[in-house]
Amino acid sequence: MNRDATFDLPATPGEWGWASLRTANHLRRRLQYPLLGIAGLLVLWWWGGWAIANNPDTMAFASFAPGPTLTAFWDIVSSGQVWSPIESSLHRVGFGLLYAILIGVPLGVMIGYFNVLRETTHVPFQFLRMISPLAWMPIAVLAFATWDAAIVFLIAIAAVWPITYATAHGVQRIDPMWLKVGNNLGANPYHTLRYIVMPAIAQDVFAGIRLAVGVAWIVLVPAEYLGVTSGLGYAINDARDTLEYDKLAAFVLVIGLIGYMLDAICVRLIRRSSYHAES
Amino acid sequence: MGAAISIDYITHHYPKQTDPTLQDIELTVSPGETIALIGQSGCGKSTLLHMLAGLLIPSEGAVRINGHQVIKPSPRWNMMFQKPSLYPWMTVRRNASLGLIFQGRQEGMNKRVDALLETVGLAEKAEVNVQSLSGGQQQRVALARSLATDPELLLLDEPFSALDAFTKTELQDEVVRLSRDRGITVVFVTHDIEEAVAMADRVVVMGSNPGTLQHQLKVDLPHPRDRTSPGFTELKAELMEFFGATRHPASRPEPTDDTSSSAEAPEADDPAASGSAPARRAIRAA
Ligand SMILES: Nc1ncnc2c1ncn2[C@@H]1O[C@H](COP(=O)(O)OP(=O)(O)O)[C@@H](O)[C@H]1O
Ligand SMILES: [Mg+2]
Repeated sequence: MNRDATFDLPATPGEWGWASLRTANHLRRRLQYPLLGIAGLLVLWWWGGWAIANNPDTMAFASFAPGPTLTAFWDIVSSGQVWSPIESSLHRVGFGLLYAILIGVPLGVMIGYFNVLRETTHVPFQFLRMISPLAWMPIAVLAFATWDAAIVFLIAIAAVWPITYATAHGVQRIDPMWLKVGNNLGANPYHTLRYIVMPAIAQDVFAGIRLAVGVAWIVLVPAEYLGVTSGLGYAINDARDTLEYDKLAAFVLVIGLIGYMLDAICVRLIRRSSYHAES
Repeated sequence: MGAAISIDYITHHYPKQTDPTLQDIELTVSPGETIALIGQSGCGKSTLLHMLAGLLIPSEGAVRINGHQVIKPSPRWNMMFQKPSLYPWMTVRRNASLGLIFQGRQEGMNKRVDALLETVGLAEKAEVNVQSLSGGQQQRVALARSLATDPELLLLDEPFSALDAFTKTELQDEVVRLSRDRGITVVFVTHDIEEAVAMADRVVVMGSNPGTLQHQLKVDLPHPRDRTSPGFTELKAELMEFFGATRHPASRPEPTDDTSSSAEAPEADDPAASGSAPARRAIRAA
């Protein structure tokens, strides 16, 4: 990555000018393609809205177009209406992920380490993994006292697999010499875990968490369609019931934005947890 | 104080193998002594070294260090490998401190490690990530890491074979100096006959299929050793002959193929051709 443009300390006003020009240039180069992509999406959206508005069968949904949606988006943000559903949803996703990490990481370490366990668990885990978490919904509702707990369970059960398998993959890639050297230096199992295994697999674990966040965020919305009276999924359902399609689309926008941000955080964590020397 | 080792009639079978990898190995090593193990690839040198380290238990017989049977690794005897195998997420200091951390000897650790890094010439690099070091520097860190816990015995499995000639010579001399200063017993495996003669008090030649001890040769040269002296070249030639005999029984010593120190052959055959030290090193480095 080219950082010099941003870190140079200019000495004179003239250099200042050059430096800011270089920064601007650098920014432009970095942003031009992402901005092009965003523009493309907006054009598609605008065209879709136009097509809906001009078809007599779908005219009723014309407020899905960018204009009404962005207006409604501004409304829910400026009135503060948007924060409470975001908070409820993040709360559920946060706890679901927390449980998934607490279960998935140790499980992954063991699966990666013990061949017997890996082979024993392969069929049942792949079987369970392929069942949509939403299929557990009725059972979850029976098993848990509150809807909230049921949703957290659904998120956890969806998020646990990517974390488990990414962790196991990381453990399998550990250089056996690292373990041998540690053993030779007198490491006990705690030392091995803390000083060797965890740093070695950190990047894989975060890569798994990134996948898990994606899955969790996707499962969250349909899970919130049922039972609960808070959260982004509920907000969407509510807007549909009251025929406020512009507001519905605004919440879809919010879901996308927050999902994007969560993913960006994960990408940062993955980068930071890498032990490879930056070059 | 260095460790006394006694290897008592070790015979070893790896699981699922009909022929033993090692047979009837018997050897005693006195405290502070430096032993070189040479023998062709696959004769069981690494296997034997792993047993000394407690990383592998022989199927028959036992290793005793200071009279105690070796059943597991201990910070009192330490093994170094061909690859430095440093932890790439740690600094030089952290890598070198690891044995002390594992032993819970954190007190005065930094001072100790500083002194050690000074000895191996890496004082300025203490806080850098090990990934930025050269191969030779990494092996120095591994050496510091091994010495940090004050081992009585150092086991080296071809530790310098991946290094260039200059770095190799430097590190050989350094290990000799450090182990003699501290009275550490050293057992090292090598393919390099010059390395064996340069470092060892005694060279043990192993034969293969099954791995056995074939010959022993005392190296009675004073330290620091002059690699161009007649005594040195003679011993090299003698060793070459032993070594050749294990490779091609009943034939003239004439190493030609693979991993062995073929570069050594002309020198060993013709001590007169040795020339001056810098010239020879330059040739080997080239
Ligand atoms: N873990 C193992 N399992 C089975 N056989 C092994 C194992 N390690 C080494 N061997 C065999 O034992 C013999 C000696 O190996 P090794 O001690 O590595 O030889 P050296 O270090 O002298 O080259 C070789 O034939 C090798 O194939
Ligand atoms: Mg070997």
